This record gives sequence, C-alpha cells and structure tokens, in this order.
Amino acid sequence: MNSGQRRRRAPPTGRGKPTAVENMAIVSRKTIIRNRDGLHARPAMAFVDIASKFESRVTVVKGGEEPVTADGKSILQMLTLLAPLGTTLRIDADGKDAERAVAALAELVESKFGED
Amino acid sequence: MEIKKGIGVSPGVVISAALVLDAEDLVIPRRLVPVDEVPGEIDRLGRALSETMVDRIQLRDRVASKYPREVAAILDFHIGVLKDKSLLSQVMAKIRTERFTAEYAVSTVMREYAAMFSQIADRYLSERVKDIHEIERDLLKKLIGQKHEDMLHLQTDVVVIAHDLLPSQTAALDRSHVKGFATDVGGRTSHTAIVARAMGIPAVVGLGNITAEVSGGDTIIIDGNHGVVIVNPDDEQLEENRESERKRVRIEGELVGLTELAAETRDGHVVSLQANIEFPVEVDDALRRGAQGIGLYRTEFLFLASETEPSEADHYKAYADALSRLSGRPLVIRTLDLGADKHKGALPANQERNPFLGNRSIRMCLRDIPMFKRQLRAIMRVSQMGDVRIMFPMISTLMELRQARMVLNDVMEELEDEGVEFRRDIPVGMMVEVPAAAYMASNFAKEVNFFSIGTNDLIQYTLAVDRTNETVAGLFCPAHPAVLGMLRDIIRAGARNSIGVSVCGEMAGEPLYTLLLLGLGLNIFSMNGPDIPEVKKIIRSVTMDHARQVARRVMSFDSERQVMHFLREETRKISPEAV
Repeated sequence: MNSGQRRRRAPPTGRGKPTAVENMAIVSRKTIIRNRDGLHARPAMAFVDIASKFESRVTVVKGGEEPVTADGKSILQMLTLLAPLGTTLRIDADGKDAERAVAALAELVESKFGED
Repeated sequence: MEIKKGIGVSPGVVISAALVLDAEDLVIPRRLVPVDEVPGEIDRLGRALSETMVDRIQLRDRVASKYPREVAAILDFHIGVLKDKSLLSQVMAKIRTERFTAEYAVSTVMREYAAMFSQIADRYLSERVKDIHEIERDLLKKLIGQKHEDMLHLQTDVVVIAHDLLPSQTAALDRSHVKGFATDVGGRTSHTAIVARAMGIPAVVGLGNITAEVSGGDTIIIDGNHGVVIVNPDDEQLEENRESERKRVRIEGELVGLTELAAETRDGHVVSLQANIEFPVEVDDALRRGAQGIGLYRTEFLFLASETEPSEADHYKAYADALSRLSGRPLVIRTLDLGADKHKGALPANQERNPFLGNRSIRMCLRDIPMFKRQLRAIMRVSQMGDVRIMFPMISTLMELRQARMVLNDVMEELEDEGVEFRRDIPVGMMVEVPAAAYMASNFAKEVNFFSIGTNDLIQYTLAVDRTNETVAGLFCPAHPAVLGMLRDIIRAGARNSIGVSVCGEMAGEPLYTLLLLGLGLNIFSMNGPDIPEVKKIIRSVTMDHARQVARRVMSFDSERQVMHFLREETRKISPEAV
C-alpha cells in the first residue's frame, strides 16, 4: 500500500535539467482510512492543515462507482468525500514538494490521525 | 418598476438611491449589485472573512486553557472553514458572475454546504451543519454590521430600506444624508415612524417584503403622504412626484410664515405649542417651526447610541447643549424610558413574556438607583442654566412617584454636600400614560408640578392594543370614548389643582384632534416640530366657544367612528387640506 508510483505528465525534452522534470510530475499514493470514526471534522482539519503547508496542489480522490474529488486544502470539500473506516483514498500532489506532501499526508492517514 | 403599498407614517415625498439593510436573523433575499460595485462587494467579503477569523482565533485561544480540547477543536474547524480557499472562490464566483450581494453570495454557498452535510447519514458530519449555520450567521453579522457602519459615513443622499429599524441603528445614522425610510414591518407609532417624524423625513412602514424587492442603488420614491413606495419609477412617475414635492415645499413655506405668530384663538385664548425631541440638535429646527419650548426630551438615545451606559458627563453635555440652544425657553427632560420595544443595542429582545407590562421605564430606574442618580445629578447640575423641568415616565402608583422623588432628594443632598449649585424648586412632573394613573389623576395632581399625557401608551394600555402588532394595530384609536373620557378627567384634575397639563403623544400633533383638545382645556401641545405650523393654523382660525362646543358634542358620542367623522367635518370647515 505504501508503494508510491510516479507518473510523468509530459515527456521530458531531454535537454532540461533533471530537477525540472521532477517539477512537472504528479505524485500519487493510495491509502486507507483506519481510524474508527472515519474522516470526520477533526481528522479532515488535520489533513488540510498539513496539506496547506506544502506548495503543491493536493487533490484527494475517492474511487468507486462515482468517484469524488476534493481539494486537499479545503476543509469543506474534504468533508464532502464522506470517507468512513476502510475507505480507500488516493492522494495526488502536483508541484515542487509533491513527494514530501504525499509522504506526510499518507503518514497522517495511516497513523489513524492520532486517534483511537 | 414596482409600486408597493404600506402605511405612510411620516409625510413628504423623496426620490433617492436605496441603501438596503439586511437582518442577520432573517433569510437574505436574492439581491444584485451593479457591475461597478462588484469589487466593493469582494472587498467587503474579504473583510468579513478575516474579521470573523480573528474573532474565532481569539476565542479559541481564550477557551483553549479552560475547556476540553474538543471545544478548541470545533473552533479550529470554524477557522479552517473561514480559511478555506475553495469556499472563498465559490462565493467570489457568485459575486463576480451572478452579481450577487456579498450577503446573498455567502448565504447561498453556505446553505448549499449545509444542505449537502445534512443529507449525510454520518452522525459526525451531520453535526457539522450547525457549525456551517453558525459561521454563516457570523459572516452575515459582519457584512450587515459594515452596512451599519456605512450609514455613519454616507457620501451621498440615500433612503434606508430595512426589515425594521432598531433604536440603536437610527441613533447612529448620518442624519444629513438619510432622506427617507421604508420598512417591511411597523405601524404608525413604531420607532421608525417616530424617528422619521422627528427628523422630518418621509417614511412608509408595513410594506411586507420591500427588502426582498429592492437592491442597493435602486432609485426609490417614498411617498409618506400616501403610504406608497415606487421601486425604479419610470419618467412619468418621476415627473409627477417632483411636481407634488414642489407643491409640498410651497405649502410648507406658507405655514412657516406662521412661525412668529402666537398660538392664539380668534378670541384671544393663548396656548403653548412645544416640540418633542430626541437629540439636542433638533432644538434649532423646532424653534424655526415656531416651538415655544421642548415639551418632551426623550433621553433614551443617550443610552442607545453607544455600547456603554452614558456617564454623568455624557448626560450633562447633552442637556447643556439643548439648553444653550433654547435661550431660556422650557426644556422638559423625561428620565430614562427604556424597556419594552426600545432595547439596548442589538441584543435579542429581553426574555420577559410581556415586556410592555414588564420591567421598563421608571420601574427599571428604581431597580438601578446608581444609573438613575447619574441622570438626575446631570439634570440638577444644569438646572440653573435655563428653564429645566424633570418628568418621570410610566408612573402607575403614588408610591413609585414618591420613591422617584426621594431619589431626587438624595441627589440634591449629595450635590449640596459637594457645594454644587442647583435649583432646589425645579418643577417635577409625571407622564400620565398608565390607566391607573389617569384614574387617580386628582391624587397625583397634588404631588407634582405638571402632567404630561403620553397618549400613545395611554391608548395602548387602555384599549389593550399592541400598536406594533399589524394584525390588531387598526384597533389603536385615540378617538375611543374611553380614551377621551380619561383625557377630559386628567385635564380637569390638572386645572382644579392649578398645575400645567400637556399632551406629548402623537395626538397633540394631529390636526384632527386640535379642536377637541383645545375645547377640553388643554394648554400645552407638545409634538414633532414639523406638525407645529398646521396645528397653529387651526388654533388661530377658531374661537374657544367653538372648540368647547366641539368637545361637548364629542363627549356625547359612544363610538370612535362617530367621533372621527364629526371631528373630520368640523376640521375641514376650518382647514380643508389638514385632514
């Protein structure tokens, strides 16, 4: 579950520096809600607080029949995800610090938001 | 264009731009702003968000040490919502693309979220609906508060459109730029009506839902003579109304010619016409209209205009100001008459089940002696600067009157000890506005220097009619024979005991009742300044014999319809345009 995968948004030009290529990348990781009460207000708030510390755009996607996407820096949108215990969420980050953002956010979710 | 019918409570016609005040406890109506005001609305939204956020952060920091962490967590959630960029961009989009007012945009977006959460089965999330509502309410409070602030610093003339105007709002408005009022609710004697008449600007109340149909900046005609409000009038109506406005100014000019003349009947009987005021600055206008003094200075506004209770110095300053403008003419200061419909600030109406029968006015003062004394000390300290008189409101028992006088005596002793000079024999009077006091007028007359009849309350208590309740307001009628019988007895009791009697309620300024009151022997009429010329004109056109005949005839009737019909006919003979 912790296996992060890297996708390329645009093919590298071959002449750019490697870091520039990294900047173009979206980092994505799947994680599961493990705390008993699910993604309610306090955990969602903790998620938004951490997401907001990063420059990258953070998007959270709940899969299933009707996928729902939320802005990871918006508390109201995060709550509309409606993610009880056991829900799989995909955290996408896009920007310079995408790697670190996804790592920190996944760690938060996996650690049950410090609850239970 | 839209024509709305309401109750005209203050005469005159005005054409001006609208300033709409929303009420945070009501549903915000869908209202649009002109394109050039969009940046202003965005700016207001930003200010409201950051002010609300600062409040929440301060609250969180205060509770953090005292309450369990769940409490602070809820406030953290509120702060998170207020910081939410996607919320901000959604609300801004409503303002930019749909041209909603900031109030309506906030309300719409927040209600969408509330609806979304309330459908969720999860207990934790459905609980958040309450938080969303709370945040919405606080944002609206800030936005509406800004509008009230704006009223203090107006750049151009406006008419104020509101659900209802609170005393705390009218006390703070910019009187040089507010040219009219139109409200959803209210009646002939509501606060809005009284303030509008005192300011001499047109007002129409009881319009139902005018706040939902007017947007800020719309052109509005308020016709206080006919109780009509026209929203975005066409050219024809604009011209028609300008014409009637010119006519009104002309008639007023003719009446003002009466200013220098005495209020004297054709057979030489002289009465005194005085004015009711709420602010010292109103003295000037009252004198211009021919007032011979101030028969009622309502001091509530001192209490309502600021957040804190006025100090003795605040009282002193206001009274000294009024006296300096009066140059020796009488000033009757009514002690605090707060309670019931006039409440401090924007606090919710007090929890009394029946505030009009509750802890108001003199009852409130006698329960808060330090506050009462501050006011009385200030009155006594100005007592040698002019012809000052004290009047206690809402007296219903002799004991109450004696208690109030005792407090006044205490104040005099204190001042004496301090070596402050004052007028020991300052005239002390009382309002007769409770039926019990009217019934015992001859007992009271032996203990006071003057009576002033507050017809508004006397009628409401006698007829058991709440004048602000639109459903029954029609039953509120000064011409009811029971009311007229009381007036006759009070005036008679005053005459037998050689004390002055005035009427300071609305009735004194209504030309329809001038003949009757004159015939009953009333010698002081205290009214809103703008009413003085009209009443004086009637007095100068009649003889006392005629007035007495009218009064005798009226007292023989047993229904208010007969009374009003007869008075209308008699008055029309003298002054056809008066009624």
